[in-house]
Amino acid sequence: MEQSVAIDVSKLGKVYDGVTAIQDLSFQIRTGEIFALLGPNGAGKSTTLRILITLLRPTSGQATVLGHDVVRDADRVRRLIGYVPQERAIDRFLTGREHLLLLGDLYHLSKEESLRRIAELLRLVDLEDKADQPAKTYSGGMKRKLDIACGLLPNPKILFLDEPTLGLDVQSRLRIWDYVRQLRARGITVVMTTNYLDEADQLCDRLAIIDEGRIKALGSPAELKTGLGGDIVSVTVGTAAMAKVEPLAASLKGLPSIRSVSTKATGLDIRVESPEKALPAILEAANRLACPVEFIEYHRPRLDDVFVAHTGHAIREEFPESEGGA
Amino acid sequence: MQEYRQEIAALTMRWVRRLSREKFSMLFTLIQPMLFWLIFFGNLFQRAADVQVVQAPNYISFLTAGVVVMTVLNNGLAGGVDLLFDKENGFLERLMSTPIHRTSVILSRFLFVTTVTSLQVLVILGVAFLFGVQPATGFLGVAVILLIGMMFGVGLTAISMAMAFSVKSHGDFFSVLGFLSLPMIFLSSALVPLSAMPKLMAMLAVLNPMTWAIDAIRPLILTGWTEALRPLAIVVLIMLVFDALCLYGSAKAFRRAIG
Repeated sequence: MEQSVAIDVSKLGKVYDGVTAIQDLSFQIRTGEIFALLGPNGAGKSTTLRILITLLRPTSGQATVLGHDVVRDADRVRRLIGYVPQERAIDRFLTGREHLLLLGDLYHLSKEESLRRIAELLRLVDLEDKADQPAKTYSGGMKRKLDIACGLLPNPKILFLDEPTLGLDVQSRLRIWDYVRQLRARGITVVMTTNYLDEADQLCDRLAIIDEGRIKALGSPAELKTGLGGDIVSVTVGTAAMAKVEPLAASLKGLPSIRSVSTKATGLDIRVESPEKALPAILEAANRLACPVEFIEYHRPRLDDVFVAHTGHAIREEFPESEGGA
Repeated sequence: MQEYRQEIAALTMRWVRRLSREKFSMLFTLIQPMLFWLIFFGNLFQRAADVQVVQAPNYISFLTAGVVVMTVLNNGLAGGVDLLFDKENGFLERLMSTPIHRTSVILSRFLFVTTVTSLQVLVILGVAFLFGVQPATGFLGVAVILLIGMMFGVGLTAISMAMAFSVKSHGDFFSVLGFLSLPMIFLSSALVPLSAMPKLMAMLAVLNPMTWAIDAIRPLILTGWTEALRPLAIVVLIMLVFDALCLYGSAKAFRRAIG
């Protein structure tokens, strides 16, 4: 992959009506990569995206897109990027083709160039049949495809996608991921926001975890996972035995095969170098302390673990599923 | 300049397309002032209205100027509605992320509202003509009527767009709209001449720019150039001030919203 910098963000901050949306963000996005801003709703990722596409002015710091300042050279930046907003940014009375024709004029394309690109894009997103139907007859997935075609019309060097698969069914999601990978293959840099961990994990080259307006971690999914240090062994004990969890944690902490131990509501999360070596030691210790182990499992760190490790909470705490079982 | 023209033409075409797809609402916005105000009210109050008081051969010829300006008022105040929807569903953001001049969207809206309103005014004058109302100042007078309508419409559309950019929800927008529109009509010389109003109402009506627009258009229809010149001079001055205030305010609201 090329290492040249497409987007450079330095100490970026935005305050709305006295509320700090983002604070002191600094990161770089490389040319040709798929980069995600990952975080829960309200974390500040959309604010960051809007500043980069020149729709919001930062209150502090600066950002450049392909070397152009997003405030001072806003018009230049707009000529180099494409933007796919969240769904519904569609005029239901216009047909798909009319959307693209309108944008062709807004990007100052000649009639011939506009028509040529529109034909190509409609083929790419597979909307040729419905191109002359008003958008109000489109399904959610088709609207999304039209959105993407609109974003690609200017032939952008960088495409920005705001929550590209929010609320889509599985098939449409995979379809969209596929398009995004095709774009990267054509050399387009893709910057997206998402609050889906699997999307960030499977689709992106690098990602920034944003929470409460700050960057908590930055790197490729693999780097972030290895960065946590080893696999995770998760021990669940019976509710009656929770009193024995603390002594167990204490006795494990000194062992050579154990990296770190943290207590959770139902037992322990133990980071280990290699689970094969650590498991016997853990079980032996539990036996010695007569701590009944109900359940034990281990897994490679997932992006969920990375997220929890850096932010101290799960990405979607509003769903009550995480605290089940008791 | 070439780019600017291309943008504005494309954005204006979008409004035209939308209007042509919404046939039902087009029909109603077009017919409502004609049917309801001009034909029904014009004939309904024919016997009730005193020809001595309204200073016109019949009520419908008196009312024509009022209906013309009412149409300008309603179209102008509703001029920001489509932008409000664009703002709410994110379409405005999509437009603003393209390298267009920041004023293009607004300008296209002015262009569209002004054109539709002018066509509607012509239709109203045409219907009035069928009821025997012949503008005393002829075609030139009609042109001047359109011009006054445009001047008033620009300020109103600016207010409406400023509101569209500033309100938090579209409920707020429509309640302010409903609150403004009827009092503006009743506290003006649209239905009754100032001289026939209760003192307090007349005082308020004088502050309403709509009154001045109507009082300039009315002699153009009823009497002739000699009676029309003085109110024309006044209305041009008032409209210049009105438009300047409205445009200044809406430019501020726009800058706050778009950044």
